[in-house]
Amino acid sequence: MNYISIRNNETIPLSAIPELGYAAFLELNAMSLIKKASAHCVSYFGYPDNGKTRLICCIANDDQHIIYVSSAVVDGSGPLPSFSRQNLVFEKFEREIHENHGIQYSDHPWLKPVRYPFNRADKKQSVEGYPFFKIESEELHEVGVGPIHAGIIEPGHFRFICNGEQILHLEIQLGYQHRGIEPLFLEKKKLLQRSTLAENIAGDSVVGHSLAFVNSWESLCHFQPDRELKLSRTIALELERLAVHTGDLGAICMDIGYQLGSSVYGRLRTPLINYFQQWCGNRLAKGLIRPGKSDYPLTKTLTDELLRLLAEYEKDFEEISEELFSLPSALARFEKTGVITHEQALTLGTVGISARMSAVKRDIRSSHPHDLYGELQHQPLIKNHGDVHSRARLRKKEINQSIEYIRELIQTLHVARPEPASLAGPRAHSFAVSLVEGWRGEICHCAVTGENGELVCYKIKDPSFHNWLAIALAVRNNEISDFPVCNKSFDLSYCGHDL
Amino acid sequence: MLDNLKILFHQGKQYIPDVTTAGVPGIFRGRPVISTENIPEAEWTALCPTGALSASPAGIDLGKCTFCGECARIFPGKIRFTADYKMAVNERDKLVIREADDPVLQLNPERIRKEISSFFSGSLKLRQVSAGGDNSCEMELNACGNVNFDMGRFGIEFVASPRHADGIVITGPITENMAKPLQICYDAIPEPKIIILAGTDAISGGIFADSPAINRSFLERYTVDLYIPGNPIHPLSFINGVLELIRKRK
Repeated sequence: MNYISIRNNETIPLSAIPELGYAAFLELNAMSLIKKASAHCVSYFGYPDNGKTRLICCIANDDQHIIYVSSAVVDGSGPLPSFSRQNLVFEKFEREIHENHGIQYSDHPWLKPVRYPFNRADKKQSVEGYPFFKIESEELHEVGVGPIHAGIIEPGHFRFICNGEQILHLEIQLGYQHRGIEPLFLEKKKLLQRSTLAENIAGDSVVGHSLAFVNSWESLCHFQPDRELKLSRTIALELERLAVHTGDLGAICMDIGYQLGSSVYGRLRTPLINYFQQWCGNRLAKGLIRPGKSDYPLTKTLTDELLRLLAEYEKDFEEISEELFSLPSALARFEKTGVITHEQALTLGTVGISARMSAVKRDIRSSHPHDLYGELQHQPLIKNHGDVHSRARLRKKEINQSIEYIRELIQTLHVARPEPASLAGPRAHSFAVSLVEGWRGEICHCAVTGENGELVCYKIKDPSFHNWLAIALAVRNNEISDFPVCNKSFDLSYCGHDL
Repeated sequence: MLDNLKILFHQGKQYIPDVTTAGVPGIFRGRPVISTENIPEAEWTALCPTGALSASPAGIDLGKCTFCGECARIFPGKIRFTADYKMAVNERDKLVIREADDPVLQLNPERIRKEISSFFSGSLKLRQVSAGGDNSCEMELNACGNVNFDMGRFGIEFVASPRHADGIVITGPITENMAKPLQICYDAIPEPKIIILAGTDAISGGIFADSPAINRSFLERYTVDLYIPGNPIHPLSFINGVLELIRKRK
């Protein structure tokens, strides 16, 4: 066998990953495994190994609930044929490998910088010199936006090429938020420091990224969380989805100038995040998810409060949603705006809402269930049109689904707490992969350990990594004035991408 | 139209009537208090993920603290986080709380430039720059303007252009890649202008303090007018801090 099949949150010895020659590695991943129905690349990265670069590719098979892992060692001596030439979903991964490790590709279609990390292979590249695509024409003009934007949001540069009011082309340059998180995971040795790093990857996905970290860490340490721990984590993840989706619906209303919707959704989010504060002392759930334990057990008082709060929320949420989705002036802005077709979504390899909006049934909760999603028998919600309307509707329906899940989970909560098991150290020479379906989509953390179980590589992939290119394509041939609502309806992460 | 009015009516009163005295729900970790209890010093200083704890005398630096509460869990008799969200100061060293202190954190009026209250007490327009922020402080700054906290009622607002701004609110540890855009934005704000650091990452770099990917030289060049600790900042910490900074003094 030239690959190994593992499950989500499974740890294997590093030596169990077959090492192939690059040509066989390329053929296996880019031409064979990825072609299977419902296969997609969850992570493809390199790390230094004895003066060379070891590449590890993880392709998930959603039908069979397994992940194919294979590897190759390359030395950067000459340019390699790219995966991207065979299949575009590898495009960003190869750019990252090129930027971080100096691997050259002979036929990569778009070998541009990803995020200008401090430890980039080519120090001559600088964030000010990004090579934007240009069109020479007297009839076209360029619009540059950012890195600092008009609202209170993170930085990134958007370069539009417009024909009058119409967008012909958009290119998005990121990297401004790069804080060097992945190397810090190796340098900061204390577990609490690493938990802190995980919850700072993206402050709007604290639960999602923390969960990916603790699941990978506990797997490396051979630790089995008890059901109660898994239950509180699952509720936390759904609650985060609920809170952010609600806030996003408010922001979408804001971008079409519907003030009432913006205010109502905005205030509906407040009790949800205040609930996190009641639970763990932080409105965005920092501190809630910790490896091997929970410092904030979910008590009967807390769950009763949550049920009360959800009942109150639901009434007002349904009322404003019914109004919003029947308002002709809102629908006129939502429908057929910022479209990604089914074929485009597959070509780009989008994940999360940005996949499900275009009838791509991609959801880790059902395909690679973690925590209690196996029990919930989650069925992904799907929309077909891939427009702003699909993204907004999907959020509304996912909110309803999350509320049902939270209620269902609370019913099965037994407050009898078993003695917490202790957390051993991570296994040596091992590899673990952890997938979590955050509110934005699929989060993937991969860990590689060395001789004494110390981390030698920690690879983080935020769902935004796959999805940024989708925004650039979605706005083509749209009015530039529709850009804000397109952007907000995707709501991608800058810091999660830049790391 | 009628539907919209009905929805409006169903919301009831959402705003917090007095943001200076409002309570926060649950177990908020605000301004800590440290006792004189004896504790093993090496364990005490080693347990903090960002090195915010110091010994002899025992202290905590709120500019470095991530408010994870681990110290209060391990040494509950030594340190306790109160529900006091008023943590903004205008001198960096005031953020270090030592044992037996039970200070109410407040601004030193001597250090507030005269022009701040004369120009900005009735209206303050701010430009926000996220320089490596993780979007948590940014979301809380947005929340300051929502219908609950409604900071706009005090004339404090965030604006789109630095040309329209009276000051800058920085979040995040200031990445190398954002160092220049931050400088350009600051330069574009007309004088007189203020600088506010919002959140632990901005004040000290937080967990990223020793990352080679950050560049904090901007802060060496200018005087900071307001430090607001938090991870992220609570909207009430921010609003109260800014109100204190700009209020008219006799």
